[in-house]
Amino acid sequence: MTTRLESWAPKALVALGVALLFVGSFWGLAKAPGEVFMGDVQRIMYVHVPTAWNAMLTLTFAFVCALFSLFTNAWKWDNRLEAAMEMGVILSLLLCMQGAIWAKPTWGVWWDWDPRLTTTAVLVFAFGGILALRAFVDDPVKRAVWSAAACIVAFVDVPIVYFSVRWWNSLHQMQSTPETVSKAFHWPLRINAFGILFLWTGLVALRARVAALRLRSEIAPPVPEAPEGKSAPTGARFSGGDR
Amino acid sequence: MSVPAIPAPAPALNPGKTKWFAFAAVAVAAAAFLLIALGGIGENLVYYWGPKELRAAGDKAIGATIRLGGQVAIGSVRPGDGVSNLEFDVTDGTGTVHVVSRGVPPQLFRDRIGVVVEGTMTRNGTFQSRRLMVSHDNRYRAPGDKDVDVKTLMRSTQGLDEAPVPRAAATPAVKPQVGD
Repeated sequence: MTTRLESWAPKALVALGVALLFVGSFWGLAKAPGEVFMGDVQRIMYVHVPTAWNAMLTLTFAFVCALFSLFTNAWKWDNRLEAAMEMGVILSLLLCMQGAIWAKPTWGVWWDWDPRLTTTAVLVFAFGGILALRAFVDDPVKRAVWSAAACIVAFVDVPIVYFSVRWWNSLHQMQSTPETVSKAFHWPLRINAFGILFLWTGLVALRARVAALRLRSEIAPPVPEAPEGKSAPTGARFSGGDR
Repeated sequence: MSVPAIPAPAPALNPGKTKWFAFAAVAVAAAAFLLIALGGIGENLVYYWGPKELRAAGDKAIGATIRLGGQVAIGSVRPGDGVSNLEFDVTDGTGTVHVVSRGVPPQLFRDRIGVVVEGTMTRNGTFQSRRLMVSHDNRYRAPGDKDVDVKTLMRSTQGLDEAPVPRAAATPAVKPQVGD
C-alpha cells in the first residue's frame, strides 16, 4: 500500500532536483567566469562532472539493490534494481555524450578509445545488456536472480572507471579535487550535483513503483472471466512460462 | 479502483539458494577486479607510449600505428612545410621526439600542453602524426584567481607533474605563433 509519503516524496524530489539544476546551470552559465584557457567551453563541466558522480552513485545503488535482492528475496529490491540500472544507463550514456561535446573543442576529437572513455562505454553496454536480459526473461524469479547476479559482476567496471585515469595513460585528465578547481566554479558544481541526485532519486522511486505494479500483474494475473472448472494452482503463479 | 497492497510472493528459489548466487557473483567480480588492478594488464593495455618507450621500441615503431603522448617542448613549435603542417617536439622530461603533424591543431594547443599524437615513426627519426589530440590537466582556473601560478598553470599533462621539469621550465610560456 502506498502511503502518503511514498506518493508525494518522489515527485517533490524530482521538482527539487529540476529547480536546483536551473539554479546551478544559471549560475554556471551566466554568473561564473569562463576558465582561463578553455573559456566558455569549460562550462559544460557543470553538467558533465555532476553526471559522472551521479552515474557512479546510481550504479552503486543498483549494486546494493542486487545484493539485497539476493539476500532478502524481497521484491522491492528487484524493483529498485530495475529502476537504478535504467537510470545508470541513461546517466552513463549522457556522460559519454557530454564528454564528446566537451572533447571536440578541447582535445580535438569527439571520441578516442582511451581507458577512461572505453571503460565508461563498457558501463553503458554492460548495464544496457542486463536490461535487455531482463526484457527477455519472462519468469520474474529467474529475472530477479539472474539480473542481480549479472549486476554484481558488471559493477566491477565502476571502480575501474574511477581508477582508469590513475592506472593507465589516458587522454582524459585525472580526477580534479577542490584544490585544482577554482573556487569560482565550486557552487554551480555542487548545486547541479545535488540537483541531479534529487532528480534521479525521485525518478528511480517512481520507476520502481511502475516495476512493482508490473510485477503484480505478472505474478497475480487477473482471474479469467470463465474459469475452466479448476482454480488456478498457487504453484503456477510464479512460473510465468505462459506469458 | 482501489489499489491493493503489492503481494510479496515467496520466490521459487529460497533465500538460502539465491544467497549463493550473490556469493558467486561477488567472487567473480572481486577476482576480475583484482586481476585488472594487480594482474599487470596495464602492460598490455597501453593507450600511448612516452618518448622513452618509443625510442626503446627502435625499428619496431617504424611503420606501425602508434600513439605518442607527452608535453609540447617549450619553444619547439614551428610551422612545417605545407599549408597547415606543424612541427614540434614531444617530451616527457627525459626523452624527446620530433613530431611532424598534419592539419590544424585544436585551439588549446600551445607550449607545454599535453598532447597525444597518432601516427608512425619514420626512418629519419621523426614521428609522422596523422591525428593530433590535446590533453589538459585537472586544473580549472578562473581569470581573477589569486593563486594562479604560471608554472603550475602550464603543467598540462598529469603524468608529467611528477616527472622532472623539462628545461627552461621557469620561462613563462607564451602562446606560439602557429602557422595555419
